[in-house]
Amino acid sequence: MARRGQSAASAGPSQWSVEIGVALATTIFSIIVIVGSLKVGIGWGAEGPMAGFFPFYVGVMILIASAVNLVQALPQSREDLFSEWGQLRQVAFVLIPTAIYVALIPSVGLYVMSIVLIAFFMRWLGKYGWPLIAAIAIGVPVITFIIFEKWFLVPLPKGPIENLLGY
Amino acid sequence: MTRHLQYLGLAALALSAVAVSPAQSAWEPTKPVEFIVPAGTGGGADQMARTIQGIVTKHNLMKQSMVVINKAGGAGGEGFLDVKNSKGDPHKIIITLSNLFTTPMATGIPFSYKDLTPVAMLALDEFILWVNADKPYKSAKEYVDAAKAAGGTFKMAGTGSKQEDQIITEAMQKATGAKFIYIPERGGGAVAVQLVGGHVDSTVNNPIEAVAHWKGGKVRPLCVFDSKKLDYKDKIAGDMSWNDVPTCKSAGLDIEYLMLRGVFMTPGATPEQVNYYVDLFKKVRETEEWKKLMSEGAFNTTFMTGADYLKWVGTEEKRHEDLMKAAGFMAK
Amino acid sequence: MEEIGNLFHGFATVIQPFNIMVMLVGILLGVIIGVLPGLGGANGVAILLPLTFSMSPTSAIIMLSCIYWGALFGGAITSILFNIPGEPWSVATTFDGYPMAQKGKAGEALTAAFTSSFVGAFFAVVVITLVAPLVAKFALQFGPAEKFAVYFLAFCSFIGMSKEPPFKTLAAMMIGFALGAVGLDQVTGQLRLTFGFETMLTGFDFLIAVIGLFGIGEILLTMEEGLSFKGRAAVINSKVVWETWKELPRYWVTSIRSCIIGCWMGITPAGATPASFMSYGIAKRISKNGANFGKGEIEGVIAPETAAHAAGTSALLPMLALGVPGSPTAAVLLGGLLIWGLQPGPMLFVEQKEFVWGLIASMYLGNVVGLVVVLTCVPLFAAILRIPFSIIAPIILVLCAIGAYSVHNSTFDVVLMLVFGVVGYVMKKCNYPMAPMVLAIVLGDKAEESFRQSLLASQGSLKIFFANGLVGTIMALGLIALFWSVISKGVSRLRSAPAGRSA
Repeated sequence: MARRGQSAASAGPSQWSVEIGVALATTIFSIIVIVGSLKVGIGWGAEGPMAGFFPFYVGVMILIASAVNLVQALPQSREDLFSEWGQLRQVAFVLIPTAIYVALIPSVGLYVMSIVLIAFFMRWLGKYGWPLIAAIAIGVPVITFIIFEKWFLVPLPKGPIENLLGY
Repeated sequence: MTRHLQYLGLAALALSAVAVSPAQSAWEPTKPVEFIVPAGTGGGADQMARTIQGIVTKHNLMKQSMVVINKAGGAGGEGFLDVKNSKGDPHKIIITLSNLFTTPMATGIPFSYKDLTPVAMLALDEFILWVNADKPYKSAKEYVDAAKAAGGTFKMAGTGSKQEDQIITEAMQKATGAKFIYIPERGGGAVAVQLVGGHVDSTVNNPIEAVAHWKGGKVRPLCVFDSKKLDYKDKIAGDMSWNDVPTCKSAGLDIEYLMLRGVFMTPGATPEQVNYYVDLFKKVRETEEWKKLMSEGAFNTTFMTGADYLKWVGTEEKRHEDLMKAAGFMAK
Repeated sequence: MEEIGNLFHGFATVIQPFNIMVMLVGILLGVIIGVLPGLGGANGVAILLPLTFSMSPTSAIIMLSCIYWGALFGGAITSILFNIPGEPWSVATTFDGYPMAQKGKAGEALTAAFTSSFVGAFFAVVVITLVAPLVAKFALQFGPAEKFAVYFLAFCSFIGMSKEPPFKTLAAMMIGFALGAVGLDQVTGQLRLTFGFETMLTGFDFLIAVIGLFGIGEILLTMEEGLSFKGRAAVINSKVVWETWKELPRYWVTSIRSCIIGCWMGITPAGATPASFMSYGIAKRISKNGANFGKGEIEGVIAPETAAHAAGTSALLPMLALGVPGSPTAAVLLGGLLIWGLQPGPMLFVEQKEFVWGLIASMYLGNVVGLVVVLTCVPLFAAILRIPFSIIAPIILVLCAIGAYSVHNSTFDVVLMLVFGVVGYVMKKCNYPMAPMVLAIVLGDKAEESFRQSLLASQGSLKIFFANGLVGTIMALGLIALFWSVISKGVSRLRSAPAGRSA
């Protein structure tokens, strides 16, 4: 499962394409910032700079830096790998369940989703037995509940199940 | 965001179902009550909310606990929007300052007092014109004359931008013809320290924000922006009491400004729920701790509920709209 | 000396069995708060405030301030073990603390961090004891221009030290500034860069960015490299504390320098975060091992921790003497004082001698007690790294989500955290430095605000930044810090031209 280092034959997206992608993304970001700043005014009035003055020049600097980064990235070798597909699949193994977890917290509630997330990881990645999974997957949210809701009175998002239990 | 709202709505529905079920008996909170402060920690509203939290806990006025939560983002817009969007959740109340009126006007963040359910006016906060004690000005008139003579170089520090402090500064400029440079700070405490440090010439701090420095002989009150003198006669600094501070009107500065310290709750609250909180605050007002806070901060202790309160708030909003328009503070 | 007499009287008050017990409870709660992202010191103090009404004000403030110490100590734990700084001033601790943990030296890193915290805080308390009135006067000198100068100095002494390509550093830092600018503009009261979205009103909170960039990003990187924390080999060694202590005296120069930086930044209202960054930046430049910073150098843990805690502690003084809280936690403490009828301000030291000196005495003892508590737990904390990744990773994810949520009670922030996680992963792989970005998010809007306040006061004239000795000196120091990095680079290049790093 755990493959370390890079085997020369493996394939994956090139560092080149990712570098270009990041430079383009920062360019888009800078344009958003510049547009937003123009909306609130970028002048230097009698009372010093207006609300958009700093963000505007910050945006311009991001734009310049992005351009330089883009130009510097273009001639780079296209051989270097950003990562192997296999490694990226590993990353996706964490990222996709976490994304689902985050997406469902508002409707299902944090506690229930945490049980699911921890159980999923332990089963799928760790191949643990169910008794241990049950102990940890239920134990952690319960401890969290006691510390946050009972001791420190910090309300966390709850869903229909918690409501049924009266919270 | 829509999900978030849906969830809130759902939770609120479920909660109100739970809340309504013990039908006949008076309503009571069934879980911890969130007391939202639409301002940062350490400010006047925050101090009042935390004092109330302390009083409620110490005297066991509520079976459930009370949790103070600061939601200061967007000049308090964050807190007001949260309450507005929690329709039907009776476990959320909010303490207001003037940003109930000024924030929607100055920023265009969509909320108004009409989106909330009024509970009670707890008190009105006074404003006083303060100068550094090392400066020679003994009266508001001397100060204003000096400001005029200085030709617009006098600096006034205040809390936030396009909020109560700046409104008063603007009104002073209109009334006297003197020009001030207004410097916004994040909180009343910081404003007072800028005055003590001599970085600005005056402030319009609330009494409670500056009282410690007055006791220490670092600042001097010139006049109070109210129609009558303050009632509190206990000696505070030397042989001066709050009652010895003249009104600004008597000094030729015809400006009155009081700030609402009131409580609202989420929209869609039932009369029983409102009554519960009204009773709670009545009990709070009876305690020694509350009276102490009132006299320390020289508050105007007017208490209002129901239709009176709603009417007062309506008039006040209109007045703020006029003031904000006149000052050119409205969002474009 | 009168102060010393007062202090001993304070000690007598504090050393009562009940107060010692209160102290222990406070420290333990504080450590829990410090460890869990999402619970800040402000939470703990606020919730426990009502409980303390049954005690005398002195016992109560001892308990509350011990929570503060506990949280300060606890903040370093997650920074070192999981690369997740729970508080802004723990960010710089991750730079070398986390690499140390990865090398299996978590115990050493934790010991160094706790000990440095103690040294920094202790130094600051001594300063408070001896020169309290002077310090309060010094703090009053800081108007907007002086504040800006301090931020400027913090930036200057930190930037220019990154090994990453300069334009990537620039892009990262500027993106941080842009994110920091979102929300309400404090000076004009206008909303900016929100594009009409209600969720953008509050801007991008530092904690959400950091939990994502550092915490989630690190989990993604670990996944890519295979399923294990590199630190799993961490040997549980009960003697690690003693062994690390033998090493520490070697870094006394760094410690003293960091103490001074910390106290200075704490008393000027800049606070602990710039202090930690500045101290790290300067240590990296001056140290013989500067080139190893960022790879797990113990000095890189000592410098920011010492400075952050010297600053955090000395910042309590302006609060007591002037009534201006330096942090949300301090603000809640302030609220507590008010409820007990103690009005912070210049008169507190005159009217409430017993209380003030009791508090200062409790600072000494609370620190000692706190250090003993956390040091005994070092092997325990280090052992957490032995928990298999497939168990600890989802738990970290859950705690990160809670941390992000509780900043504004918003589930949108949890989504944002995940986005920052992906960004952090890609940035790290593409050699964009994250530290300047985080520094810019934390300090950018404050620096801008004080800059514009200064210009309001001076009616647009930049001369205000050199108008008096104090502000001029700080600005000059900042410029030297900027300039010096160029010089020292030139000098070192001349000195060791052939030994330059391979590109």
